[in-house]
Amino acid sequence: MQEVKSILMVGVGGQGTILASNVLAEGLLKSGYDVKMSEVHGMSQRGGSVNTQIRFGEKVYSPVIEVGAADVIVAFEKMEAVRWLNYLKKDGVIILNTVEIPPLSVLISKEEYPKNLIEEISKSVKTIAVDADKIAESLGNIKAQNIVLLGVLVKYLGLQGIDWEEVIKNNVPQKFVELNTNAFRKGLEVI
Amino acid sequence: MKKIMMGDEAVARGAYEHGITFAAAYPGTPSTEILENIAKYKEIYSEWAPNEKVAVEAAIGASIAGARSLAAMKHVGLNVAADPLFTFAYTGVNGGCVIVTADDPGMHSSQNEQDNRYYAKFAKIPMLEPSDSQECKDFVGYALDISEKYDTPVLLRLTTRVSHGKGVVELGERQNVEMKPYKKDIPKYVMVPANAQKRHVVVEERLKALRQLSEEISINRIEWNDREIGIITSGISYLYVKEVFGDEVSILKLGMTYPLPSELIKKFAEGVKKLYVVEELEPYIEEHVKSLGIKVIGKEILPIVGELNPGIIRKAIKGHELEHISVDTKVPGRPPMLCAGCPHRGVFYVLKKKKVPVLGDIGCYTLGAAPPLEAMDTCVCMGASISGSHGFQKANEHNGRKQKIFSVIGDSTFFHSGITGLIDIVYNKGNAVPIILDNRITAMTGHQHNPGTGKTLMGEESPEIDIAKLSEAIGVKRVRIVDPFNLKEVENAVDEAMNTDDTMVIVAKGPCALIPPRPQGECRIDQDKCKKCGLCLRIGCPAISKKDGILSIDPDQCTGCTVCMQVCPFDAIEKVR
Repeated sequence: MQEVKSILMVGVGGQGTILASNVLAEGLLKSGYDVKMSEVHGMSQRGGSVNTQIRFGEKVYSPVIEVGAADVIVAFEKMEAVRWLNYLKKDGVIILNTVEIPPLSVLISKEEYPKNLIEEISKSVKTIAVDADKIAESLGNIKAQNIVLLGVLVKYLGLQGIDWEEVIKNNVPQKFVELNTNAFRKGLEVI
Repeated sequence: MKKIMMGDEAVARGAYEHGITFAAAYPGTPSTEILENIAKYKEIYSEWAPNEKVAVEAAIGASIAGARSLAAMKHVGLNVAADPLFTFAYTGVNGGCVIVTADDPGMHSSQNEQDNRYYAKFAKIPMLEPSDSQECKDFVGYALDISEKYDTPVLLRLTTRVSHGKGVVELGERQNVEMKPYKKDIPKYVMVPANAQKRHVVVEERLKALRQLSEEISINRIEWNDREIGIITSGISYLYVKEVFGDEVSILKLGMTYPLPSELIKKFAEGVKKLYVVEELEPYIEEHVKSLGIKVIGKEILPIVGELNPGIIRKAIKGHELEHISVDTKVPGRPPMLCAGCPHRGVFYVLKKKKVPVLGDIGCYTLGAAPPLEAMDTCVCMGASISGSHGFQKANEHNGRKQKIFSVIGDSTFFHSGITGLIDIVYNKGNAVPIILDNRITAMTGHQHNPGTGKTLMGEESPEIDIAKLSEAIGVKRVRIVDPFNLKEVENAVDEAMNTDDTMVIVAKGPCALIPPRPQGECRIDQDKCKKCGLCLRIGCPAISKKDGILSIDPDQCTGCTVCMQVCPFDAIEKVR
């Protein structure tokens, strides 16, 4: 067993951060880790900024991650990566989906979507940039981007030994099992 | 067997394992998942009540009948249910009864962050506070045992991070608990003054016994470590303290926080050099410790406002925070918004155009107050829209100001506590106009059924309560049902309301865009006809955007609701499928 690891998944309501973290947590539990998770439901889910937090190790206390304590941030969207960047450890890594989802203020031209975010982020932290939306789209459904990102994370954490495909099967509807399994495999190939 | 469970889910499991057979709730973040998960156990009868007061009263009835029962609600729901709660403390129970309150420090999805621990003290009801999912399950068992042994309802208090936090839970078997026989007992259950006066004495005697229990119960425990620092804590704060200090400090962990164990607190205080209380929101434990004449540090270094987290505690007590990256790049905020295809959008667009005061309520449609629609003037509590609009209108009228007042309220909220406001308008001859945004579901909390949807929590068919007919029966003179996706129809009804003093209700009936089968359709902007005026942006639809001066509609998000099409003055938007 190792010391507690903290994974922060951030994105936009509807991107599937909760499914990805559920799969991750179930797999970790199966391989004997203590796991705690935190997520927020309700109002913020309506297209707002969302986050789920997963912590695992021999014994985990807090279900929430404090500023400066995340080993990995999985950002499902670029701007959300920046919003949560201070949660990352100094030597932490960010897995960054390169998609842009403009908030309403940008849609109606009241504000601009910030430019060169990938450059900005990779200047300050180790960044693994992935076009997960494109990978998922090539598999036939853009929605599977969350499981592509999960694959990247699993590979980065060196957790391939867990039977993830079984966990995926338990967590997605029958007709999406193949899609998500393929998405996961593609994610493993990214790094 | 071990399973990862959300705190709410673990409460449901606790209800199952400990023989509860009746459960009721009104949905409210972060408590909703308790009843959603209880409904998965067919051994328990479960229902959505129209509001929290009804849920608690129904649980009281089930308890008096002899069944183990549970009612669950969010913190502000307990305000609604406070009336039965206080007197339930006097009658006591027959079958054990647990009342769950899920508080929302930080107001992730609430209108205030009241600390419901004070309810326990106020109502003289014992309270347990679990820290994690395993405790959520176990504490339901403790609560039922205390309830039956001491003849009292028991409060189980969760907070958002406990309710929606997930952790590993060891599952057990269901213990089948026989329903107790019902015996008529007028002095115990009929709270007329002569009986209540005697019951209050019983309550005070019971409290003495409960104080003793709090000293001895295993969930109030001391973890002795280094005695330089001692920390008294409970609930989620305990986990944060452990996260920051591990086994470096001594901890008094309180699982039962009403009544508080004064002797145990004294013993702990005497055993440590420097004493802290770490608790979220109000100085509830701290006040008690200070009342014992013990010197303690609490809210002078920890915030009363918002959630705690390990970082805040680390900084307050250890004096530093973890090293972290600081980012200079400012990114725009991403507040929640009405979905593409939401039936509320068109109604707000019309109301904004009419420049009338709109008293609002609690639900997805509260997002109508956000830019660019900004078509709502107030949001106070469940039901306050209709009654508030009546007061607003009457004050205007009485003081010689002429103005038409509207209110907006969802279907579920109308059943919850809007009906009485409408009765107020009819009875007291008001003319404020309620618009019932009937999207056929309780949307914000995640699509629960309600008395208007024709389905129960347990999935059975049930009568749909007809809001229009109900309004007529109350005595409303004009009831208009409109299609919220048809702006002309909405505007005609609003205009009619502006020009009459008759009582009037508008029912805007259109399903939530997220209810399957989701609406399929697409509108497209004809770039040759588009004059780039940007009027379509004013409806605040996430599918419509402007980039490099070009307006366009995202086909993946668009549901073809046509509200934008009706707003465009140049007929530049067409429905293509």
